[in-house]
Amino acid sequence: MTTATLDKTLASGALPSKRKPFPVGKIIGYVVLALAIFVVLFPFWWVIRTSFSTQRELLSDPTSLLPVGFTTINYERVLGMVDTATAVAAGGSGQKINFFLYLRNSVIVAALIVVGQTFFSALAAYSFARLKFPFRDQIFFVYLSALMVPGIVLLIPNFVLIRQLHWDDTFLGIIAPTLLMSPFAVFFLRQFFLGINKELEEAARLDGAGTFTVFARVILPISMPPIFTLGLLTFVTTWNSYLWPFLVGKTEDVRVLTVALAIFRSQTPQGAPDWSGLMAATIISMIPTLVLFILLGRRLVNNIQFTGFK
Amino acid sequence: MTSQALSRSLPLKRTAWFRQYWNLETLIAVLFILPSLIGFVVFYAIPTVRGVYISLTNWDMLTDAKFVGLGNYTKLVADAQFWRSLQVTAYYVLLNIPLQTAMATVLAVMMDRVAKSSLVRGIFVMPWLLPPVLVAMIWLWMLDPTLGFVNQILQAIGIARQPFLGSPDQAMPSVALINNWQYTGYTALLIFAGLQTIPKEVYEAAAIDGASEVRTFFSITIPLLRPVMVFVLVTSIIGSFQIFDTIAVTTKGGPVDATRVITWYIYEYAFSRFQMGYATAIAFALFVILILATIIQMRILNANESDLA
Repeated sequence: MTTATLDKTLASGALPSKRKPFPVGKIIGYVVLALAIFVVLFPFWWVIRTSFSTQRELLSDPTSLLPVGFTTINYERVLGMVDTATAVAAGGSGQKINFFLYLRNSVIVAALIVVGQTFFSALAAYSFARLKFPFRDQIFFVYLSALMVPGIVLLIPNFVLIRQLHWDDTFLGIIAPTLLMSPFAVFFLRQFFLGINKELEEAARLDGAGTFTVFARVILPISMPPIFTLGLLTFVTTWNSYLWPFLVGKTEDVRVLTVALAIFRSQTPQGAPDWSGLMAATIISMIPTLVLFILLGRRLVNNIQFTGFK
Repeated sequence: MTSQALSRSLPLKRTAWFRQYWNLETLIAVLFILPSLIGFVVFYAIPTVRGVYISLTNWDMLTDAKFVGLGNYTKLVADAQFWRSLQVTAYYVLLNIPLQTAMATVLAVMMDRVAKSSLVRGIFVMPWLLPPVLVAMIWLWMLDPTLGFVNQILQAIGIARQPFLGSPDQAMPSVALINNWQYTGYTALLIFAGLQTIPKEVYEAAAIDGASEVRTFFSITIPLLRPVMVFVLVTSIIGSFQIFDTIAVTTKGGPVDATRVITWYIYEYAFSRFQMGYATAIAFALFVILILATIIQMRILNANESDLA
């Protein structure tokens, strides 16, 4: 009952142009979006601008849109590349900071958790989806119910456990609770595995493949998109987490970026905060996420649906 | 496929029951699930049970725990500061959720209308990817009482400087705005994804019936978005109730107790005063509150009914 042209105009959201020569709605739309994009992007520029400014000149010229007294000293001192006296002269508190080290620690923690959690959760998810063993569905139900328990409830008992094991201030202590599984990861992958055509696996078995071979050679390769999505999500969660690594990894050797940033902030003098240094540290902490975003952003954005990816 | 596994499987002199449950395939299945099961038992199941026990003691991590029954819970009911922190948390959720959801809906509709590009969506999702600690740091600087960019703008247009995070009245609204900045774009993307699921025929029918755009939005778009809205509201409210990182970096619960949300209150009891028993009891109280809040929302939003059915 509608013509193809009408279909098209309606689908694009506009009414037929004869009735509405001036697309007010569209213009409002562009203005709102442009404003929102500005609000999102401007703080990033402001952080960059501050990180390349000389601390003292920030005070005298607080509104310049460009760096005031352009310098890279802030990066050098938060990366631990200059001696204490130079750092203090540039506005630092004199406390030892080394964001190279914290960056390395964050990478170690995130890499171990992403690989471990995704792999072991995939094994479990396949087991729940396809294999048979006693109490399978009951165990899965218990896993699922853990999805509802808020992190803060588990925090104190887990902290106590790590302390009793003397794993505090070690990488093991930081990664242990999330290394072997997360209920969400198991649930997410099980749902995907359930949807895979069984005939693929049966064909492989007829060719003599065992369970592990089927998993590694048939299931994993065709499940790369959801595994990739899950890994990305796990990375972001791990990289961004603060409270747990703060509680169990305070020493320098295992301190991750978020913790280092918060400690740096609390060390800065109350009266004259070291803004240029803080913002340089902020940029350094942001780089890995931005790199990932530039490489994988399109895929990530297209994967966000209101059901699967939360 | 069971026979395949069985034929290569083990010695056959077993009881019927044993053979039924313990063959090679079962063994492999158990090996597959074992790492996750260890992780689950050690870091989810036992801690939950242990948490219940800790909440029934007066443990301070130094001396031996003494069983106090429901003592912590009766103390909780009479604790004015606990109720105050609940009130502060509820205030935060009210400041955060309605504004964020409304702005996200507007953005989603605008994206749907004029810009379905991945680039725009990419920009909007960027703040969500960053650590909350880092976002808090950015805004701490943007909202600085003397040098902050926002105050410079206010001054330029003739409005007095504001203390923002430094004043009891403005601290919580400031924290809410910081989190709106971080999560509105992501929420908009979820709603945008929901908009793509509404069949075009419904809009065509409305246009043929002569419905205005405004009418179409309120009579068609909003009702058909309900499943998405339920998901967005339930998850973002649960998240809001547990706000911690932003507070830890910006206000540390202050000024006075203006931003001492429930998670910060738990943190103080557990890691400054080392009253693990009481802190755990508050955590379980929060758990119960979250369950109740979810049930109430599902009821109000009729989450189980679909308008498209």
